[in-house]
Amino acid sequence: MTVQTERPVEAAAPISNSLTAGRLPKSAPWTILVVAIAVAAAVFGVVSIGTGAGFNWGGALFVGALLYIPSIWLFSTLVEGRRRAMDRLVTALVTGAFLLAMIPLVSLAITVITLGAARFDADFFSMSMRNVTGEGGGALHAIIGTLFITGAAAIISIPVGLMTSIYLVEYGRGRLARGITFFVDVMTGIPSIVAGLFAYSLFAIFLGPGTRTGIAGAVALSLLMIPVVVRSSEEMLRLVPNELREAAFALGVPKWLTIVKVVLPTSIAGITTGIMLSIARVIGETAPLLIAAGFTASVNYNLFSDRMQSLPVYVYTQYANQGNPPEAFLDRAWAAALTLILIVMALNLIARLVARFFAPKFGR
Amino acid sequence: MSKRIEVRDLNVYYSKFLAVEGVNLAIEPRSVTAFIGPSGCGKSTFLRTLNRMHEVIPGARVEGEVLIDGNNLYDPDVDPVLVRRQVGMVFQRPNPFPTMSIKENVLAGVKLNNKRISKSDADELVERSLRGANLWNEVKDRLDRPGSGLSGGQQQRLCIARAIAVSPEVILMDEPCSALDPISTLAIEDLIEELKLKYTIVIVTHNMQQASRVSDRTAFFNIAGTGKPGNLIEYDDTTTIFSNPSVQATEDYVSGRFG
Amino acid sequence: MSVTAPIKAKLRVGDLIFSRSAVFAGSMILVTLAAVAIFLVVQSLPAMAASNEEASILTTNFWAYVGPLLFGTVWAAALALVVALPVSIGIALFISHYAPRRLASVLGYIVDLLAAVPSVVFGLWGIGVFAPALVTAYAWLNENLGWIPLFSGTPSATGRTILTAALVLAVMVLPIMTAICREVFLQTPVLHEEAALALGATRWEMIRTAVLPFGRPGIISASVLGLGRALGETMAVAMVLSASPVITFQLITSINPNTTAANIALSFPEAYGLNVNVLIATGLILFIVTFAVNAFARWIVSRRKEFSGAN
Repeated sequence: MTVQTERPVEAAAPISNSLTAGRLPKSAPWTILVVAIAVAAAVFGVVSIGTGAGFNWGGALFVGALLYIPSIWLFSTLVEGRRRAMDRLVTALVTGAFLLAMIPLVSLAITVITLGAARFDADFFSMSMRNVTGEGGGALHAIIGTLFITGAAAIISIPVGLMTSIYLVEYGRGRLARGITFFVDVMTGIPSIVAGLFAYSLFAIFLGPGTRTGIAGAVALSLLMIPVVVRSSEEMLRLVPNELREAAFALGVPKWLTIVKVVLPTSIAGITTGIMLSIARVIGETAPLLIAAGFTASVNYNLFSDRMQSLPVYVYTQYANQGNPPEAFLDRAWAAALTLILIVMALNLIARLVARFFAPKFGR
Repeated sequence: MSKRIEVRDLNVYYSKFLAVEGVNLAIEPRSVTAFIGPSGCGKSTFLRTLNRMHEVIPGARVEGEVLIDGNNLYDPDVDPVLVRRQVGMVFQRPNPFPTMSIKENVLAGVKLNNKRISKSDADELVERSLRGANLWNEVKDRLDRPGSGLSGGQQQRLCIARAIAVSPEVILMDEPCSALDPISTLAIEDLIEELKLKYTIVIVTHNMQQASRVSDRTAFFNIAGTGKPGNLIEYDDTTTIFSNPSVQATEDYVSGRFG
Repeated sequence: MSVTAPIKAKLRVGDLIFSRSAVFAGSMILVTLAAVAIFLVVQSLPAMAASNEEASILTTNFWAYVGPLLFGTVWAAALALVVALPVSIGIALFISHYAPRRLASVLGYIVDLLAAVPSVVFGLWGIGVFAPALVTAYAWLNENLGWIPLFSGTPSATGRTILTAALVLAVMVLPIMTAICREVFLQTPVLHEEAALALGATRWEMIRTAVLPFGRPGIISASVLGLGRALGETMAVAMVLSASPVITFQLITSINPNTTAANIALSFPEAYGLNVNVLIATGLILFIVTFAVNAFARWIVSRRKEFSGAN
């Protein structure tokens, strides 16, 4: 069965279109996919009957999809030739790669929502873990801590990051600007745990070893946040057309007023988006806070004294220090994970909406 | 309201590269002077030295003098910001501020400098400037709409209104019609006719018909070759330049033999 | 014509304050980084010379302690990269050249969602869902492919192996790598693509001849950046991996090397005295390794700027 044996038949047909010759029909890939999954399901069914275990739907789909890849290649080679077969194989692989990446995403989403819902209740948002040893309790202290620490980190990072990006775009020339660009790059690559170690040892030197405070956590987070703010703001400021700066200069406006009143308002939507994304990035950081801010069971409103709990660290400690009954601790961990993901998603969503609706139109 | 510009032995550099060399010319008040010449001959660069806008480009500097009513713009004590309030500029592409309404755009020169202005004064200034730019009738009903919503020609006239709102002495125009359609171009040319009653106008243009239509005097710039500096070849009454130029290169250029 | 006074310069306080504070902010970054380097070095020095009598977490000396950690860090990150690279190139191609244009940004956003998941949640998921799901797969691998040294040994009963950790890391670095690859693939000059298609190339041949060569520097920098991320990733590994201080290439047993970052996170809350310095010193070494990797990535990116054949 090769292509050669089929061609004469088609050529003999009275109105054959030579451009469509030797192609699989449009429905062929789908048919092959369905057959492949059916075969896989049959194999899994036999296994599950043989071992008495439940039918593994996920496994059947996964193996079926795997089977599809060589099958489509084989059929296409037979009918369409090697070049088109290769094309079909790559199409299958590339689509497969995308679907593969969806597996953890979907699995994560399902797990976090189902397991997180168990304790996603009013108590969870109104109680701390003070004097709680088993069931009950909540994450109020962690939510407050996360707001305080992230807020402090934002207060440190936004002015420094924004002014640095203004320096780089509007003033920066020569070696200082090149040096700052380089070191912002270096900062981008600092592992978060190293930022935590730095903040810890900074405060340990001045306040004695073992000091863990909210502000130390905030310093660690700003170390991670500043480069992100600089990068994104810099990019946004560079998008402002030079013509607008020149228009302002030509009206006799000094440089600083041009920046404050023309450049920043024009790019404010993009800058806001970048800042919110940077907050979303650091709000889920666990390791630096575990080291620099520590963990506690009580509400702490003071950034400058005593340990401060935060949501990601709460997730970790609930998981790592399970008491009795362990389910209560795991449920709280999942509920906190759900809360954390919802916060990060909300920040991402708002950031994108800001970018879409408040961006100025350059009208050309 | 308008001033005489005198340029003496002006050289313009970008870092080490000499872009324009040895320009001497005098521009009379209440006249339109056109700069023509092939691309890259330095006419825009030279124009930007007349209000120190070239300094915005890193590494740009000049040698020589530009006198406006006898005051050298390049005196070490001179503040470029104040120079630009006296010598306004209109750019190649219309560039209204995208975050501002039409009204705010006109008032930009006042507002951006943190100057206070009463509402009645502001309204009056907006109307006067927009009328001056022949735009009032088209936009008077939508002064609070964004300036970027106007057509290209309207945007350019808005930019002219914005420039005259700060009451400059001189208006520089850097190919103001090159991004516009013929009808908008005509509107701008008519406007230039009116503006010259009050202001000294210098216009760079690629379009020789435009130069001959709007200008009183014409300066022809040329460049000997790539990498060589641009020079002022001939400067005379527009009619002379276009009918009876004294330099062969000018004649070649205006008759369309090159460029 | 009236004679006006010459226009004199005045000192613009606003300009001065504004530009000074911009310079100050920029310099702050340099100062901070210098501080990070100095603090880490100062705190690390006592640990490097310490013995097991002075610091209780050392068994012999510092370098014997840091060796397995460094190995585990690099090994886990390399495994993650091997898995993540082909997948992210595939996803990037899918989004840029296979999926309908209207869907491209939506699909890109969906992949970016993975980046929005905090690492501690990945850890929780890894240990609660992913590791148990892999146990049977590991047993099967060991049974059928056990002759390959990587899959030899006794398969873990919990699934908390270095391979699981590496797979979780791979999922975590996917978004950034995909984003970079997608970006360069989309920048492929349309003329090159159309030239290939006009010669009768199939879509894959067009990608092979136009898109991939153009995107190669982007792919390289994406993988190096992904590697940098994987090296420094902490919580997911700390939670998923059941580790001991060993050097082994076996992927699916219950005896796995630890990574530097995870070890710090696990040991730091209980550390005291010189043990703290030992952990900070391992952090310094991690910093140096990631710095080297990132410097390499930057070098490639800058080379690409100079030699980008298109435009």
